[in-house]
Amino acid sequence: MDLNELYRDVILDHNRRPRNFGDLEAADANAEGFNPMCGDRLTLRLKLADDTISDIRFEGSGCAISTASASLMTEAVKGKTRAEALKLFDRIHQLLTDDAAPVLPELGKLAALSGVRQYPARVKCASLCWHTLSAALQSGGVKAVPAVSTE
Amino acid sequence: MKNIALAREHRAFDVEEVRREFPILARMIRGRPLAYLDNGASAQRPACVIEAVDDYERRHHANIHRGVHTLSQEATALYESARDRLVRFVNARARSEIIFVRGTTEAINLVAQSYARPILKTGDQVLITHLEHHANIVPWQMVCEQTGATLVVAPIDSQGEVHAEAVVSLMNPRTKLFACAHVSNALGTVLPVRRLIAAAKARGIATLIDGAQAVSHMPVDVQELGCDFYAFSGHKMYGPTGVGVLYGREQLLERMPPWQGGGEMILAVTFAKTTYNALPNKFEAGTPNISGTVGLGAAVDFLDGLDLPAARAHESALLAHATAVLSKIPGLRIIGTAADKASLVSFVVAGVHPHDLGTILDEDGIAVRTGHHCAMPVMDFFELPATARASFALYNTFDEIDRLAAGIERARKIFS
Repeated sequence: MDLNELYRDVILDHNRRPRNFGDLEAADANAEGFNPMCGDRLTLRLKLADDTISDIRFEGSGCAISTASASLMTEAVKGKTRAEALKLFDRIHQLLTDDAAPVLPELGKLAALSGVRQYPARVKCASLCWHTLSAALQSGGVKAVPAVSTE
Repeated sequence: MKNIALAREHRAFDVEEVRREFPILARMIRGRPLAYLDNGASAQRPACVIEAVDDYERRHHANIHRGVHTLSQEATALYESARDRLVRFVNARARSEIIFVRGTTEAINLVAQSYARPILKTGDQVLITHLEHHANIVPWQMVCEQTGATLVVAPIDSQGEVHAEAVVSLMNPRTKLFACAHVSNALGTVLPVRRLIAAAKARGIATLIDGAQAVSHMPVDVQELGCDFYAFSGHKMYGPTGVGVLYGREQLLERMPPWQGGGEMILAVTFAKTTYNALPNKFEAGTPNISGTVGLGAAVDFLDGLDLPAARAHESALLAHATAVLSKIPGLRIIGTAADKASLVSFVVAGVHPHDLGTILDEDGIAVRTGHHCAMPVMDFFELPATARASFALYNTFDEIDRLAAGIERARKIFS
């Protein structure tokens, strides 16, 4: 195992300067994520145009893995349909938990998250925002605040 | 079997000699020697504890207080001799005052349900402090909900200090019970328990002290403290997990109803009526953790065999060294700076989240706790989601603390 695999430059960069960070007024859907084990908290807000995520922002506090994962996620799903975003969630889940999962080129920057799978205790940090996104999308686009816990 | 009345052999304190008694300390983690600095969560066991459990399992196991056969008698003798050791360890008056439970959490729940629940009425108050572990908050919240009583929380200051006057000013005729930690698990603060217990006693308020973090660091004499209940766990004092002790004043324990029904806690059962067993068995329903209890007895023997004042001086020196070394790291802030602290340092590092720090330190073989330490109200008070915590035992070394400091510097570089 190698710390450089976990804390790749992309991860460090997105932790230092998280993209799409902050409030989003007049959001169409939102969800809150909480990891009771480490205290990471995340609020995700998104706007939907028909079935497409037209804007998405997050707020909260978390470790570098959790912050970078949320930042990378918001970049990746903006412009995607609900179904495309949920499909990506499945792929990332596999990437984080399955040692044999291929690191597909179409994952782009998200491939940086593959280093996490060597650190089982940290998988929850990386997956918190994705579970939160899934909750926000599956609440049907109406304003709902389901609390998501990864414990 | 070892006899109850052990000759106490005192030895001078030599950390390297003590370390050799803990087999796990020889482990390598990720290619580096283990530096185990998570003793506040659970301490490691010396070989004598491991061997006592092993010997019990291999040679003496049977159910206790049940049979006339040899093994049952041996197991009973070992289990009860552990109780004798615990009586001596906290200076209880009698064996009837030492109840074996699963741990501190169960001990507090027992008192909440068996002592507090029958006496609490709407409008009554249970008083705790802001720095309690969840195990000394939630059982009281539950019993308050059940009875209509109110949970009152005494404040802490920005050093993580509990001021006796602030607590005492909240004691009033409606206060029926006061519970607090002896030592804070999240911050290391040693609470002024003597003054608090005396003030509560003078007002007729029952007292429970959560001693989970104290028993391995300081001598505990329940008679001198004067508390009604004192709870602690085996695994934080070099014994096994799954066993702990509730000390209770006999007068109170006698009046309390059993909190669990079953075998062991009865004298006679008919479908019309059950006659409860005498103390301490009244509170020990079901087959207990016999091997763990035997191991806990061995842990008391281990501590008895040490030069404890010297061991405690070593722990104090570790705390002073850690405080000095960590304070020099730019951006590092120690959380909890009470004048009287047990050997534990909780801290945050600017730009490095505690969880990332924990992973990076683990890469160097250094085990620390990161998170909210089951004390979320303390974290909320300091407006932090989490801290890193290095908690020291008598087998830790100055070198391990220097490695911790170097590991923190490494983490700072990664996130610079």
